[in-house]
Amino acid sequence: MASHDTWTKKDLTGIEELSRAEIELLFRQADQFLPALAPGKGLDLMKGRTVVNLFLEPSTRTRTAFEISAKKLGAEVVSINTTASSLVKGETLRDTAENIRAMGVDAIVMRHSSAGSARYLGSVLDISVVNAGDGAHEHPTQALLDAFTLRRRFGRVEGLKVTILGDILFSRVARSNILCLSKLGAQVTLAGPATLVPAALKDAFPQVTIAHDLHAALKDCDAVMLLRIQHERQTTTHFPSLGEYTSQFGLNAERAAWLKPEAIVMHPGPINRGVEVESEVADGPRSVILEQVRNGVAVRMAVLHLCTGAISR
Amino acid sequence: MNPADPSPLWIRGARVIDPAAGRDEAKGDVFALDGVIVEKLSAADQAKARVVDGQGLVAAPGFVDLHCRLGEPGRSARETVGTGTRAAAAGGFTTVVTMPDSLPAADNVGTLQLLREICSREAVVRVLPAGTLTKGHEGKALAPLGTMKKAGVVAVTDTTSGVQNNEIMRRALEYARMFDLVVLDHCQDSSMTEGSQMHEGAWSLRLGLRGWPRAAEEIVASSDCLLAELTQARIHLQHLSSGGSADIVRRAKAKRLAVTAEVSALHLLLTDAALADYGTSLKTNPPLREEADRRALIAALVDGTIDAVCSDHSPCTATEKDCEFDLAPFGAATLETAFAAAHTALVTGGYAGLPLLLARLTHGPAKVLGLAAGTLGVGRPADLVLLDPQAAWKPVRADLASKSGNNPLLGHALTGRIRRTFVGGRQVHGA
Repeated sequence: MASHDTWTKKDLTGIEELSRAEIELLFRQADQFLPALAPGKGLDLMKGRTVVNLFLEPSTRTRTAFEISAKKLGAEVVSINTTASSLVKGETLRDTAENIRAMGVDAIVMRHSSAGSARYLGSVLDISVVNAGDGAHEHPTQALLDAFTLRRRFGRVEGLKVTILGDILFSRVARSNILCLSKLGAQVTLAGPATLVPAALKDAFPQVTIAHDLHAALKDCDAVMLLRIQHERQTTTHFPSLGEYTSQFGLNAERAAWLKPEAIVMHPGPINRGVEVESEVADGPRSVILEQVRNGVAVRMAVLHLCTGAISR
Repeated sequence: MNPADPSPLWIRGARVIDPAAGRDEAKGDVFALDGVIVEKLSAADQAKARVVDGQGLVAAPGFVDLHCRLGEPGRSARETVGTGTRAAAAGGFTTVVTMPDSLPAADNVGTLQLLREICSREAVVRVLPAGTLTKGHEGKALAPLGTMKKAGVVAVTDTTSGVQNNEIMRRALEYARMFDLVVLDHCQDSSMTEGSQMHEGAWSLRLGLRGWPRAAEEIVASSDCLLAELTQARIHLQHLSSGGSADIVRRAKAKRLAVTAEVSALHLLLTDAALADYGTSLKTNPPLREEADRRALIAALVDGTIDAVCSDHSPCTATEKDCEFDLAPFGAATLETAFAAAHTALVTGGYAGLPLLLARLTHGPAKVLGLAAGTLGVGRPADLVLLDPQAAWKPVRADLASKSGNNPLLGHALTGRIRRTFVGGRQVHGA
C-alpha cells in the first residue's frame, strides 16, 4: 500500500489495484506535466529509456497518446501493431513479451483483446506493464484521464454525479470509470438499453445506480460520459440497429437540454457522430472531449514516469 | 492392467464403510484372496497374509469415476493411461470411465481396441471407455453404438460438444436403449455460450469475461428430461453446475424417469469468485458458479437427486494453460484431489457424513452404469481404499502423478487423503 507521496507499483494493470491515495498522487504528477504539453516543450525524465507499445488490437488514439507521452518525457518509443490472433499463430504472448524485454526495454504498453492479459503480462515480466485496454476488462488510463478532467473542471471529483451512457456490458472504459469514480467519491449512474446495461451490473458494482430512462439519468448529473457503440464487438442480438439506438439513447441537443446548465459531456473517442452523439452536442459548449484528449497525454506521462520509476528506486 | 494379486490381504482394525451394504463398522477387518473380497481367511492364509494396519483409517470400496480423460489416444502430451491411472489410484479411484473425445475420437472399434491395448499395458486401475454418441461427436450422424457396445463401451456421450439437435438426441436415446447403453449428456446450449469464458454473474461482469448463463445448462437439462420421458430411455446428466439443473433432475426423478446425474468435486468446493485472478486452471466447462449453486448442488447430492461425484479430470499442458484466459482451453486436472475436495466441501463443511460421500463415490456411480463395482461385498473384486479423513494437506505439484499440473487446488487447504489403494487385491497406491 502506497503512502501519500510514494508510488510503488511497476505496473498499471487496472484501477482495481489502485488506492485513492495513489490516484491522487498520479493526478498531482499529471498536473506538473501539463505545461510540457505546449509545442516545443518536453522533458528528459525518461531519457535513455525505451517504451514499446504492443498493440494487439486496432487503436490510433490511445497508441498515439502513449507515443507522445513517452516522447514528451524523452523516451524512445517503438510501436508494434498486429492482432492477437496473428500473434497467437506464431508465438505466445509470454514469448513475445520476453523477447521485447530481452532487447532492453523499460516498459510495455499493451492493448489486447483478452480480459486479464495485462495482469498476466505484469506477473510474468519484471519490467513495467501498462494496460492500454484488455478486452472488456479495464482501460485504466482512460478512466484516470476522465477523472482528471472532471477534477480540473469542477475542482473535485468527490460528490459529483456522473452518468455513463451506452454500451456498458462490453466496455472496459465503463468498468475502469466505475471503479475510479467510486474510489474518488463520485456517484455513478449506468444508463442504456437493458441488453447492454444488465441489472446484474448492480451485483458486480453495488455502488452504482442503473437507469434505462434517459431523462432520469441525465436530469441531475454533473457529467455524462458517452461510450462508443462498438458495433464490431456486438452480435446483432443486443440492440436492433444503430438507428434504433440513436432514437432511444443518442444524445442530441433536445436531450442535452435536460442536463443541468453546468453539466459537461465527455466521450473517450473515437466518436460515432450521429449514433451515440449528434455533432451539435459533440462540438457544443458542454463538450470537453478535446480537453480529455489533451489531459490524456499528461496522465499517461505520469503513469509511465511513476511506473518505470518504481523499478529504478 | 496388472493381474490381480492372488495372495491373501488383511486390512485390520479400520473403520469399514461399505455404503452399498449399509455397513459402517467402527473397527473391522477386510479380507481378500485371489483378488476378490472374502468373508474371512483360513488360519493358514492369515498366517501368510499381508497385514495392513487400518488403525485410525477408513476402509471403503474403491471409487468409481464416471467422468475423466486419460489423454490417449492422441493427447499424450496432456496425460497418458499410465500417468492418468496412477493419478486415479492416488485419488482412490479404482474404476474410471474415460470420455471419448480423444484423437481420433472413440467413435469406432479400432480406436476402442487401441485404447484397450494401451490400458492392458499401462493402466493400474480399471478403465472403462465411453464411446461417442455421434460420429466424431459432431452431433450429426449416430456413431455405431451396437458395434461399440460389443467392443466394450459402457456408455455413450458427445461430451463437451453436447448434442445440439433435439431430433438427433431423441433418436440416439431410442437407439441406445436397444443396447442397454446409458446416454451421458453434457448439458450446454452452445447458441448461448459462444465465446463464453465463465459463469455469467457479478464476477464475469467485473472481470470483463463473456458470461455463460445457467440457463444454457438448464435448457438442455430440461430437454433431456423431456426426451427421457418421450423415449423412456436412460439418460445421465454430466457434471451439473447450476442449482436449477438439480431442481430439474429432482422433478424428473419424482416422475420416475430414468434420469441420473453427477457433479464434479470441484463444483462442490469452489465458486466463480475463485476466478478473480484469472487463473486458467479454474477455467472449466461447465464453469464454476455461485455460492447458491454450490449449496444447491450439495443439497441435491445429499438428498440423492445427484447420484455421483465425479472428478471431471481434464488435463491440459502447462503451455496450453500459460496464456491469456480466453485463449486457454477448458479443463482442470482433478483425479488426485476429487475425494479431498468433496470431503472438504461436504463433510468438513458439515453438510453430510463420510458414509454419504462414500456412497456417492462408490455404488452411486456404479449403479448409474450398472457396474459390479463400488462395494466390498464378498466375491467382488478386491478394489478398495484406505483413507484418512482427518488428514489436512495442501496439494503440491511435485507430489501429483498426473502429467498435467492444471490442478486448481494446488496449495489449497484440504482435509481427507487417500493412504492406500488396491485393485484386485494389488496395492496400486500408497507406501
